[in-house]
Amino acid sequence: MSQSPSSTIGIVGGTGLASQASPTEGQSSSFGAQSLPHHQPGYSLQPKVDAAGEVSSELLEIAMGPHHPSTHGVFRMDVVLDGERVVKLKPVFGYLHRNHEKIAENTSYLASMPYTDRLDYLCSMTNNWAYALAVEKLAGLKPTERAEYIRVITAELTRLLNHTCLIGFLVQDMGAMGTPLMYAFREREKILDLFESLSGARMMCNYMRFGGCRVDLPPGWLDQARAVVAGYPQFLDEFEALLSENEILLARSQGVGVLSRELAINASITGPMLRASGVNYDIRKVDKYGIYDRFDFRIPLGEHGDVFDRYMIRILEMRESIKILTQALKDIPEGPIVDPKAKLRGFRPKAGEAYGRIEAGKGELGFYLISDGSPNPYRYRVRPPSLINLTILEDMCLGTTIGDVMVILGSVDIVLGEVDR
Amino acid sequence: MNSVEQIKAQIEIAFPDARIEIIRNDSPSAQHSLLVPAAHALVAAKFLRDDPELRLDYCSNVTGVDWLDAELTEKVKVKKLVEGVEKEVEEVKKTQRPGYLESVYHLYSMEKKHGPVIIRLRTENRSDKANLPSLTPVWRGCEFQEREIYDLYGIVFDGHPDLRRILMWDEFKDFPMRRDYTEPDDYEYEPTPHDEVAEKAKKHFPEASPVA
Repeated sequence: MSQSPSSTIGIVGGTGLASQASPTEGQSSSFGAQSLPHHQPGYSLQPKVDAAGEVSSELLEIAMGPHHPSTHGVFRMDVVLDGERVVKLKPVFGYLHRNHEKIAENTSYLASMPYTDRLDYLCSMTNNWAYALAVEKLAGLKPTERAEYIRVITAELTRLLNHTCLIGFLVQDMGAMGTPLMYAFREREKILDLFESLSGARMMCNYMRFGGCRVDLPPGWLDQARAVVAGYPQFLDEFEALLSENEILLARSQGVGVLSRELAINASITGPMLRASGVNYDIRKVDKYGIYDRFDFRIPLGEHGDVFDRYMIRILEMRESIKILTQALKDIPEGPIVDPKAKLRGFRPKAGEAYGRIEAGKGELGFYLISDGSPNPYRYRVRPPSLINLTILEDMCLGTTIGDVMVILGSVDIVLGEVDR
Repeated sequence: MNSVEQIKAQIEIAFPDARIEIIRNDSPSAQHSLLVPAAHALVAAKFLRDDPELRLDYCSNVTGVDWLDAELTEKVKVKKLVEGVEKEVEEVKKTQRPGYLESVYHLYSMEKKHGPVIIRLRTENRSDKANLPSLTPVWRGCEFQEREIYDLYGIVFDGHPDLRRILMWDEFKDFPMRRDYTEPDDYEYEPTPHDEVAEKAKKHFPEASPVA
């Protein structure tokens, strides 16, 4: 096949097969080779056979996307099919590319903060945190105690909404039209209401600042958050009762898209996907950034690394997030919201570099910054978990049917704002 | 975990002809890095991954950095004869640093749970010798990130299995993340001479601009 596959549907001549016969010839030969059943109309449901009597087939090259509904955005997969089997799959990116890194290098450190919201636009709070963490490492700032708690609370709420929505999208890809996704969105809306009353925006929160957060919690926010968190386990029970033992979900997800432990590590897979393959690596535990060492929570691990494990890991992770949230909402102290030493205007970190990373909903979200002492970063780099988790998409899809490709892609959990940047 | 000095010594014991240099980082993060010569990058990477003590099996972040030609100023103390007496005098020494492209790898260990170890590779120059060995054979996770560096910075990774543009379209000519990249006057396929575009075009083509 050529290096850049054609963008429209094309037919690749039968590779590796002896017969290059045109369809009509193939059909007539099959007519000739087999005696038709007496009641047949003028066509055969039997596969075409070549001169040697072998079943012949042709490879079909399809561009899936960029506006296919199950690609979760503008993402394209150039798939080569043998019947329904996938024999080759190349992801194509860049439809949403706006060179976020270049824009950030031409503006001040603070001015990039709202732009990070647009990376993974479902989870702006964790994006903000990752960037703030990298800048704090670069400049040697320390967030205040209250800000650390608010960061943990907002990040875990973000993880809840990310995983809830992902499960909704995943079962939607399996054909559960609407209902589970709407249940997921109903719960997400409660969390978005919290974010709106906190930051003024539902999704583009722009809430964190270097050394703290932007504004303090509005009155009554903590009670509202406690109510949402207290109601969440019941929703998860309902959600699980609806889905976890559903026969279609089990049939479509168990043993599908298996990712081995070794490949997952070598291909830099992070987040729930990695842990579904049985690797115990959660940056909240490894780096203990923020104040995660103060909370009691566990890391769920998968055994098989298939789509079902990835689904289940997310359910279990949400239950652990609820534990963290309950503890954080109980312990949150009073105090200043931002480090008074942190300068907002005229912020110039000393020359040097820093790499800061957090465990976002989709995996390791990192920011790499090089400062040359000027108000703008010399180098600003986002380590996007969604993009890197797609490295092994082809490995997982080879040999499966085209219908499973959507389920496998859904289980990777990508957001194109982050993949293309 | 071992310090950068120890890791440098470990690599140099394993490969005696490799000259590793430590790049200091004075910021509070204190993430120092190792400059590995391109000729030894692949063997050094394999060593870092497989060494039972280090086991850096996880290559988290790979990125490019562009360093233009620069004039470095450095204060040096020189002994000089001033009015017959030998004295120590501070002099400003200027050196020309030719530009280069750099690729930076942040390595962690999932097995030992330590990191980061940062290694850097540098190209000889920014134009015709912008080649580096690809580390994708060692860490599969570099695949898309090295493609991205090739796309945006123009570093050619020798030994990469599938080195194509990843974010920009295939027909795109330049490397947009380079520091000296100039954006086109107009992004639209058919030039639209509205004010902003016309101003930019006048700067680029002064002789073609109509006389007012």
